[in-house]
Amino acid sequence: MTIALNTHDVAEEITKRIPDAVEEVSNNYILVKGQSLYSVSQFLKDSPSLYFDYLNCIVGTDYIDYIEVVYILESYKHNSTITLKARAYGRDNPTLPSVVALWAGADFQEREIFDLLGVTFTGHPKMKRIFLWEDFEGYPLRRDFL
Amino acid sequence: MVQSLDTREEIIQVATQPYVLNIGPHHPSTHGVFHLRTVLDGEVIVDAEILIGYLHRGIEKLAETRTYTQVIPLTDRFDYLASMTNNLAYCLAVEKLAGIEVPERAQYLRVILAELMRASSHVMSLGFLMNDLGSLFTPLFLAAREREKMLDLFEMLSGQRLLYNFMRIGGVSQDATDLFLFKARQFVDQMPMYLNEIDQLLTENEVFRVRAEGTGALSAEDAINFSCSGPVLRACGVDRDIRRDDPYLIYDRFDFDVITCQNGDNYDRYRVRLGEIWQSLRILDQALRDIPSGEVQAKHPHFLRPPVGEAFSRIEAPKGELGFYLVSDNSIAPYRFHVRSSTLINLTPLSKMLIGWKLADAILTLGSIDIVLGEIDR
Repeated sequence: MTIALNTHDVAEEITKRIPDAVEEVSNNYILVKGQSLYSVSQFLKDSPSLYFDYLNCIVGTDYIDYIEVVYILESYKHNSTITLKARAYGRDNPTLPSVVALWAGADFQEREIFDLLGVTFTGHPKMKRIFLWEDFEGYPLRRDFL
Repeated sequence: MVQSLDTREEIIQVATQPYVLNIGPHHPSTHGVFHLRTVLDGEVIVDAEILIGYLHRGIEKLAETRTYTQVIPLTDRFDYLASMTNNLAYCLAVEKLAGIEVPERAQYLRVILAELMRASSHVMSLGFLMNDLGSLFTPLFLAAREREKMLDLFEMLSGQRLLYNFMRIGGVSQDATDLFLFKARQFVDQMPMYLNEIDQLLTENEVFRVRAEGTGALSAEDAINFSCSGPVLRACGVDRDIRRDDPYLIYDRFDFDVITCQNGDNYDRYRVRLGEIWQSLRILDQALRDIPSGEVQAKHPHFLRPPVGEAFSRIEAPKGELGFYLVSDNSIAPYRFHVRSSTLINLTPLSKMLIGWKLADAILTLGSIDIVLGEIDR
């Protein structure tokens, strides 16, 4: 059985290493600040006791005030999982750091979120639309699109 | 054994002008409307770009305007060679979100259908793989002949042959008759004959081995880093199967092995699939033996309003890990509906697997990942 790690313990470990990174902790997820997303991800991946080597999936959700991006991480070594969240604010140009350098599997998924929700991931090697054509206007999965 | 790799360096030394070759979007060996733009140096691929989206139907957006039950037929359209597992993965996510318990008989029926679907999907993928290799029609027709028997079983149960719309939130739409269980048992008894036949025909086939061994190889570290799942991951030697490591339904009651190989090349992906059909038959054998009688549908309100929250649920689909992420705002329609598409993510390392190999190997590598464009583009 894949163990969902206690988010409060993990958040404490993150705070020890990177102060002020954690914004909110619930029983199901850890919400981190956008600008420290990359360093937190790097810590979660490299720390031997956590070792989240597998990025299961990335999901974006539009909540009008902000766009929330959810990272479901897994450790194959410890058979454990954790949910990381980050929020991108603004309607015109919401941005978040890209995690492709850590988990190459994020490549198409970040492009998908850029395509359908309009979140730009800085540091992504090829940030362009994946499903829709280049001159398509708008971001269909946003709540105010149609 | 012929090592096609030896000649590679020589060809790169006498470099010719780069040549751009578009494979697809309409091409018999791309398994759908898939577009691969390759840059060739002679016959060797030096760059490959994956262009997708020709089958994008915006199902994730459509689902936001439908009730939870009305979304089920949309999920059929993802991986249309394994619709039943799509239904199953979605229903499991809604059940997790709303906290619905599924009756015992329905759980057994779901396992039986999921494993039949896995066998059917794998059989078809083996047939198409041989078609891609230029072994036209004979293996594909052998595969289609066996798939036909499974489609007959599904038709007997749901009335449909491809897009079943059979699973329901909290169970399945209809109970299986004794005749269905008898026919399923008959199928499980007969299938080993066919598997032995395909094993003798292909596994030790000299031509197939020369083409498939060593080509399109992926290391275990890369497979994990690229978030691969399913047979693509297990062929690299990573011992990971959701059915065993994070059991859903009642998979913890069955005795089966997780098939892994070592090299992660096209041949190993073929062997993992063939081995998994044998394991599916083992699970089917136990499930058909133990299936209890009783209800097949849990009671829940007609218009389901799950509590505010999020749920992520994943299963081991034939082509990899299929997950559904749902956000509920306590209305009758999901606020957000997202699919963790196994084939889209398995495609991510494709460029890496193709570069440095010949064009003819590219077709084989693409075939051995076993893509379905309905699930990639959604």
